[in-house]
Amino acid sequence: MMLAVYSLTQRELVRFFRQRNRVIGAFAQPLIFWVLFGMGLRGSFDKASSGGASYMEYFVPGVLAMILLFTAIFSTISIIEDRREGFLQSVLVAPVPRAGLVLGKLLGGTVLAVLQGVLFMVLAFLTQRGLAFDPLRAAWLTGAMALIAFSLVGLGFLIAWKSESTQGFHAVMSVFLFPMWLLSGAFFPVTAETPAWLAWIVALNPMTYGVALLRHALYPAGERALPGIPELPVSLGVTAAFALLMFVCAQAVSVRRVQGDLQ
Amino acid sequence: MDGLSFRYGERVALDGVSFSAEPGEIFGLLGPNGSGKTTLFRILSTLIPPQQGTARIFGHDLRAELNEVRRAIGVVFQAPSLDKKLTAAENLRHQGHLYGLGGAELSKRIEEMLARVGLSDRAHDYTEKMSGGQRRRVELAKGLLHRPKLLLLDEPSTGLDPGARRDLMQYLKELSRKDGVTSLLTTHLMEEAEQCSRLGVMRAGKLVALDTPEALKARIGGHVVTIKTRENSAFAAKLKEKLGVEPAVVDDAIRVEQEDGHSFVARVVEAFPGEIESVAVSKPTLEDVFVHLTGHRFWEGAERGTEPPAKQGKH
Repeated sequence: MMLAVYSLTQRELVRFFRQRNRVIGAFAQPLIFWVLFGMGLRGSFDKASSGGASYMEYFVPGVLAMILLFTAIFSTISIIEDRREGFLQSVLVAPVPRAGLVLGKLLGGTVLAVLQGVLFMVLAFLTQRGLAFDPLRAAWLTGAMALIAFSLVGLGFLIAWKSESTQGFHAVMSVFLFPMWLLSGAFFPVTAETPAWLAWIVALNPMTYGVALLRHALYPAGERALPGIPELPVSLGVTAAFALLMFVCAQAVSVRRVQGDLQ
Repeated sequence: MDGLSFRYGERVALDGVSFSAEPGEIFGLLGPNGSGKTTLFRILSTLIPPQQGTARIFGHDLRAELNEVRRAIGVVFQAPSLDKKLTAAENLRHQGHLYGLGGAELSKRIEEMLARVGLSDRAHDYTEKMSGGQRRRVELAKGLLHRPKLLLLDEPSTGLDPGARRDLMQYLKELSRKDGVTSLLTTHLMEEAEQCSRLGVMRAGKLVALDTPEALKARIGGHVVTIKTRENSAFAAKLKEKLGVEPAVVDDAIRVEQEDGHSFVARVVEAFPGEIESVAVSKPTLEDVFVHLTGHRFWEGAERGTEPPAKQGKH
């Protein structure tokens, strides 16, 4: 089974790199976001809520989360394409347990997302004074990104498995995933002035803990005080539990047959 | 297969189908679209589990021993299943990995298989750049890579020109002779069905006949006489009354099965001078067998998505 998982993972990567516009698009969008929002909101940002970091620096985990979210979720579009192009059926009749298929897809998407996250991380190291290169910081961040990406690819898998068209998938994307990112502490911090109902949504959003985990990973030696976000053990625990849950759900849903296979 | 049934919601797709294929034979399932052969194919290829009845492949139950079954069969789908962004060799390598093959052994097999389907020189071309026939050959190589004992092919000649179609049947025969591989294929093409060692005729979810193509044709015996007139149904009634035969009006012609077609034609012409537009005497074909078995013209049997008869006219 490991061979099958390896092969499915590798195929995701090969496919990705052979579609050049995907490579460029996946990286350019968050970068544009970062520069435009970072510059635009710089003046109106209260540094007390970020432990003294500039908005550009504050926004780094948010952009990382966005890169992970977009790459991870979009990588699962390949499931819809595979089904439509017929490739999936030959995997379905191969002597590979469904867990192997799911794991292959999830790892493929995870590696892609982390690769892009790492690229951005390097950029942040080079441009942000508060975030110089530090092996511990890089290791923490990469690990956190892998865990978050895995859970997000799992989420994408759940949505994609039953989707019959990529258009439908995009619709889910905009009504569901974008708010999920927006309300995760990625874009703005939760402070005393945040309305209670909004604070609740943020607290219930699993992505909040992912972003918090990234924020903690950014300052492994506690360089900055991080008020108003979940503690490290909580962030790590919730993110890991979410990742596990997504994998179990993805595996459960993959056993079900889909109308698209019977056409 | 024993008493295999399957329904999609209310629609019964398979209704108590039973048969068994002998090792090494080329077993054809002939039937129009909607006759249930694709459903049967999906069950055999483990894409969907049987709902009723039992199915075994080399003694392995299709419900309980899925992995053994999957290892024993090679599947060539009607829809393409290649990854277009990968080369032919990469597609095969991936397939090998799924079946637990790897390393030098896999490389050797890939080379071997590509040579067998005559595509050694295209190994490193993206499959999206290949012609339909070439892709089909890669599909075949993909299905055979893990050396299955049973090859399942769903409408394998889809998208192939007549030459490539002949090559394919030739290759299946060679596989059967040299390696003892059993092939089970679905088809709606009479000339392809003709080449099978045994043929199951399906209609509306039932297996209506199972025999060698020769034996099926022998069931009709003698000749098939096709008569065209201005008023077919009226003429058919007169035929029945005067000559005591059982004519069938099919499309725009009257069909009569007769032991000695030639003398029958003489009698008809004598009895009804001037009423006949055209008359033809032929040896029974599989299509005649189909009409004989079901009372319908082949193309009428489709419940939905009827294939245009034009497709038939191509060859």
